[in-house]
Amino acid sequence: MVKKFTVLDFIIRVLVIIIAMLVLFPFFLIVINVFRNANDIVSNPVSVAGMSIEKLMNNLTSVINNTNFSFWSAFATSAIVTVFSLVLLALFGGMAAWVICRNKTKWSAFIYMVFIASMIIPFQVVMLPLISTFRDVGKFLGITMLQSFPGIIFAYLGFGGAMTVFILNGFIKTIPYELEEAASIDGCSPEGIYFRVIFPLLKPPIVTVTILNGMWIWNDYLLPSLMLGHNGKVKTLPVAVQAFIGSYVKQWDLILTAAFLAIIPMIILFLFAQKQIMGGLVDGAIKS
Amino acid sequence: MNIDSKKSLSLVLLAAGCFGIISALALDITGSDFAFRGALLIIGAIAFLGGLYFYPTEKHHKAIINIIFLFPLLFCFVVTVIIPFGLGLFYSTTDWNGIRMTGFVGLSNYKAMFTEISFLWSLIITVLFVIINMIAVNVIGLALAVLCTSKIRAVGFFRAAYFIPNLIGGIVLGYLWQFVFNNVVLNWTLKLFDYNSSMLSKYNTAFFAIVLVYIWQYAGYIMMIYITGLTTVPTDVIEAASIDGATAVQTFFKIKLPMIASTITICTFLTLQSAFKQFDVNMALTNGTGSVNFMGQYLTNGTQMLALNIYNTAITKNNYALGQAKAVLFFIILSIVSIIQVRVSNKREVEM
Repeated sequence: MVKKFTVLDFIIRVLVIIIAMLVLFPFFLIVINVFRNANDIVSNPVSVAGMSIEKLMNNLTSVINNTNFSFWSAFATSAIVTVFSLVLLALFGGMAAWVICRNKTKWSAFIYMVFIASMIIPFQVVMLPLISTFRDVGKFLGITMLQSFPGIIFAYLGFGGAMTVFILNGFIKTIPYELEEAASIDGCSPEGIYFRVIFPLLKPPIVTVTILNGMWIWNDYLLPSLMLGHNGKVKTLPVAVQAFIGSYVKQWDLILTAAFLAIIPMIILFLFAQKQIMGGLVDGAIKS
Repeated sequence: MNIDSKKSLSLVLLAAGCFGIISALALDITGSDFAFRGALLIIGAIAFLGGLYFYPTEKHHKAIINIIFLFPLLFCFVVTVIIPFGLGLFYSTTDWNGIRMTGFVGLSNYKAMFTEISFLWSLIITVLFVIINMIAVNVIGLALAVLCTSKIRAVGFFRAAYFIPNLIGGIVLGYLWQFVFNNVVLNWTLKLFDYNSSMLSKYNTAFFAIVLVYIWQYAGYIMMIYITGLTTVPTDVIEAASIDGATAVQTFFKIKLPMIASTITICTFLTLQSAFKQFDVNMALTNGTGSVNFMGQYLTNGTQMLALNIYNTAITKNNYALGQAKAVLFFIILSIVSIIQVRVSNKREVEM
């Protein structure tokens, strides 16, 4: 059956195109303006006049070589913090969720309840005591928890733990317990059951939590700005962008290029894993 | 490995672990600044857990594994969330300055914030912001979802396009939109109305600008959840309705909307939570500035929402105890509103 092309279809088509143009407009502005110099940008921000590759190179080198921004170091910091946090969250989160899910004791129920209840706590309530707690724990252990990689990764494990356990717990519930019984009868130890039977089955929900946590951790500003500070050597990308723009107010060629550099990695990642990212975010939202 | 060698390995590890932990604690208590006491403590703890792991007991092996599996995440969680949360409640009743406290002040921090007119202003505009966004983001998100589930070509491209703003962190978004409002929109208003003032320079238009940016950022994400909701509506119900002669509009309001009630609950909850906590965009776009006359006072924080107010009170003005008290109030408001919202939506779901 060939459907007739109605007026409504036409209106819908025009509408989606107009909305897409509105939504993508700021990105369009960035893309055209990184190819232009400051004078052109200020005199007419929505124009393709004066675009050239040389100006792009010029903008990029002046931003990347800027010592206030130190793009590569910030990029590497963000990458290290995000990757380590995600790997450890997937590993420890799965282990904890399995223990909580498969033990029907009042302790595991209590721990689960505390995890869930903690999700409603806004970051503002814990952010100030967090710094003093980390300072004290660091002093006690004789290692620096503030302005260090282990400290911030530790913090992300703490803040991301609840949601990770929640989503993985929901999935582990759907895995038949008979599978574990069978493995145990065949002589598998408890740790063997987890790593040989359950962990391989956890791949889809782990992808989901990794996407959810990854987007949040990569873009997070407040926690790294408080924990790493603005003056320290270790800075994540959002903190570096904030510091850079703060010191170059109104130099739109530099600001837009810095924004461009901060946006590009996420866009590239999105283009590669579009289906998983959109699906994963929705799965996560529906679970919560 | 036989049982005997396992047992002796386990006992050696347990002893070493105990020695490591105790000597690290002793070093710490005696105030020695031996640099490796932290490492000693951690190695001691690992050795202790390893000793437990190798201990040849059938009966307790499962319990030991449970503890080892649960420990890392739970430890991080307790140190980063539970302890600071408890301390936070405690500090809000003291004169804590971020490093030390000298005494209790009872509820005077709480009293102080309600007499602070700029805080009341932040509270009011935050509530307003949340209400506007809960309605706007959900209506627009649902409308986009309807558009993106109709039979048009390249629907995947449009979904991705609407979703993309969600990928980018609030700080970058804020500066990007600052550029849009201060350069592009200003040029347009200058040409069209001869109006030479940026939207961000007055508190009321700047507030509207933040609302706009928030909708732009969040509607695409909410749309994705509504799309999932809409696609779960069974097609035979819709077909039955169309055979009975229902129009597209009737089908939407009488059938689809009631059937996605649970999705609406989720989406309103998510928008409520994230609009309340709005910080990054607020900071990067206006940093809370904007002058306003409120309750007979001249305020300079016309667009400063609650999260930013807490940050500024504590970090910028160095008033930690007061900032902490505000944060505790923030938590109380957020929990009460969230519980009421979920209750109300759930009730409506059942009725339908």
